[in-house]
Amino acid sequence: MSNPRPATIVMLNEIAFYLTAALVLIFAIAAMTLPRLVHCAVCAAGAFASLALIYLELDAEFVAFAQLLVYVGAIAILIVFAILLTNLQEADPQVRRASRSWVVGVAVAAILLAALGLPIITTPLLQRAAPAATAAPVRDIGEKLMTTYVLPLEMIGVLLTSALLGAVVIAMREEPEVKTKVTRPTTPALERQEELTPR
Amino acid sequence: MNPQLVHYLVLSAVLFSIGFAGAVTRRNAIVVLIGIELMLNAANLNFIAFWRFGAHPEALTGVMFVLFSIAIAAAEAAVGLALIIAIHRQRHTTQVDQMDSLKG
Amino acid sequence: MNALDQIFVTIQHWLAGLAPAAVQPLVSMLLIIGGLMGVFGGCFALTTIIERKTLGRMQNRFGPNRVGPFGLLQPMADGLKMLTKEDIVPFSADHILHFLAPVALTVPVWLAFSVLPFGRNMYAIDLDCGILFFFAIGSTSELAIFLAGWSSQNKYSLVGAMRAIAQMISYEVPLVLASVPVLIAASSLSLPAIVHAQSGFALGWVPRWNVFTPWGIAGFALFMIAASAESNRCPFDLPEGESELIAGYLTEYSGFKYALFFLGEYLGLFAVTGLGVTLFLGGWQAPATWLEWIPSWGWFALKFGALIFLFIWVRATLPRLRLNQLLNFAWKFLVPLAVVNLVVAVAWWQSSVWQFPGALEVRWLLGTVLLAVPYVWLGRAWNDVESAPRHYRYAE
Repeated sequence: MSNPRPATIVMLNEIAFYLTAALVLIFAIAAMTLPRLVHCAVCAAGAFASLALIYLELDAEFVAFAQLLVYVGAIAILIVFAILLTNLQEADPQVRRASRSWVVGVAVAAILLAALGLPIITTPLLQRAAPAATAAPVRDIGEKLMTTYVLPLEMIGVLLTSALLGAVVIAMREEPEVKTKVTRPTTPALERQEELTPR
Repeated sequence: MNPQLVHYLVLSAVLFSIGFAGAVTRRNAIVVLIGIELMLNAANLNFIAFWRFGAHPEALTGVMFVLFSIAIAAAEAAVGLALIIAIHRQRHTTQVDQMDSLKG
Repeated sequence: MNALDQIFVTIQHWLAGLAPAAVQPLVSMLLIIGGLMGVFGGCFALTTIIERKTLGRMQNRFGPNRVGPFGLLQPMADGLKMLTKEDIVPFSADHILHFLAPVALTVPVWLAFSVLPFGRNMYAIDLDCGILFFFAIGSTSELAIFLAGWSSQNKYSLVGAMRAIAQMISYEVPLVLASVPVLIAASSLSLPAIVHAQSGFALGWVPRWNVFTPWGIAGFALFMIAASAESNRCPFDLPEGESELIAGYLTEYSGFKYALFFLGEYLGLFAVTGLGVTLFLGGWQAPATWLEWIPSWGWFALKFGALIFLFIWVRATLPRLRLNQLLNFAWKFLVPLAVVNLVVAVAWWQSSVWQFPGALEVRWLLGTVLLAVPYVWLGRAWNDVESAPRHYRYAE
């Protein structure tokens, strides 16, 4: 039986949730609508950081810091570097940033939101009380990773290695190969001699 | 009243739709990738919310799933951005509606 | 001397007790925050003048000695100058991002101080994964550097920012890998727990600090090298190299924003030095029982000061590395050595059950050989150029 929390704590929890939820949504909408690419990337990083705050509210500390480290510290930097390597010239006003049928896209997204949101709000299955504060101690996460989830852990290692190698190979600038085939009239004796002498 | 499971699920659904709208609508390939990352994040939020309010939080299933999802998202972003850079080198564009032929 | 040791904790509890019960946690936290900002702000001012004086003495000249006795009031003069300078923003710069960049750099660095234990019971938060929090916060500062470089709309700034980010990302890997053996030894990610795991004495008089083990020495060296690269200190200060890139990503900043960048850089140095003291040098613990009359925060300050002096000494001594030398050093030398260090640390811990006489010497020999062989081999493998013997000329 969970003891009733004092009213101030409940109010602070509510304020914290609505504030961080508003931050996430504002950053996400900004990331999808701003015309300049770098602003989109920075707003995306802001959305990732606000999501880390929400994970902290849900008592998932390790996941929150991992999200900050990976998403803000690595993926946002990757996106920014990709922007710098491909779009250095500024957005030309003639280029439209959304496709011609963007209304259809937004309408489909709205239908998707209705299809996801209405069942969530109206289902009776979710009207349950929150259990007492759960903790995800790092020691338990480590134990589970090494016992129950050791196969996914090893596969993630292989996946990350191959993704890294693949990304480097794909993005590497290829050297233009200049091969000139020199043809001279030869006799079989000369050819054999050529094969034997190291070049 | 404390934020309940419903609040977090609705937030996750809205974030997913925003990411989807951007990924489907914008022409720049990098913004499409950002939209995909937002969708992945919405799914992660869903997992953590269900872990927190669910029946067996000590089994840590939601947390494990999200950790692996974050790692996979990093790998996918790296490969996706490498592809965008390689295509830009060939076609000198990052607009998705100009990458419409398999040639080259 | 328990009273002196816990004097800050006592003052904090007394001041928080004066507040109404409902807001006591908040007031307590605000007191800690105020204390940290005051102490480390003062430390920043002191370090600027100590650095310039020490650099000056090492270069056989006086440092600043005009303002105040021995130049000790120089930070006041610097602060006044920075505050009264005109804030110039280029016309084509992105004004919002240009304004946000110094803020985005400094705020996460202040957050990093919240998990460090400065003395017995003197930490702001005891997080279960404190060290992960520290590294996560440190990695957000790279985005701020990019904002600074890109928003100035200046080619030098952009190139400087990209170089700085490449450097910081590359050196994050050895930094984290060098601290993993410490986590194995302490079997916890929480920083006060790591300090507690280094308590006690081996052989009766040698403290059980992590630096007194073969993997600890190598780990400490790796950590310090990676830390000076993370804070863009010499010999890794290519991003601010005046002779190459004007001022890199700081080119278009003047006045108070430049002061904020400067503050953020020094605070980052302090945070990572504090982490080094906590991880490797036993935190706030005294090296011998008869020295425990110096309070725990005094020991932390002494070790901290020694490491900062080491950084200043290295800055005065070594020349700057070029970008390719820097990146090769990180990826080809430091990362393999950090992985080898991890293996040696695990071997050390697995062999701690050996009880035969001479076991300690054998373990030390094993650890040292396992570390020294890759060190020498890697060092020689990446040397393309046989360097001629150097001739030094000293000033007469």
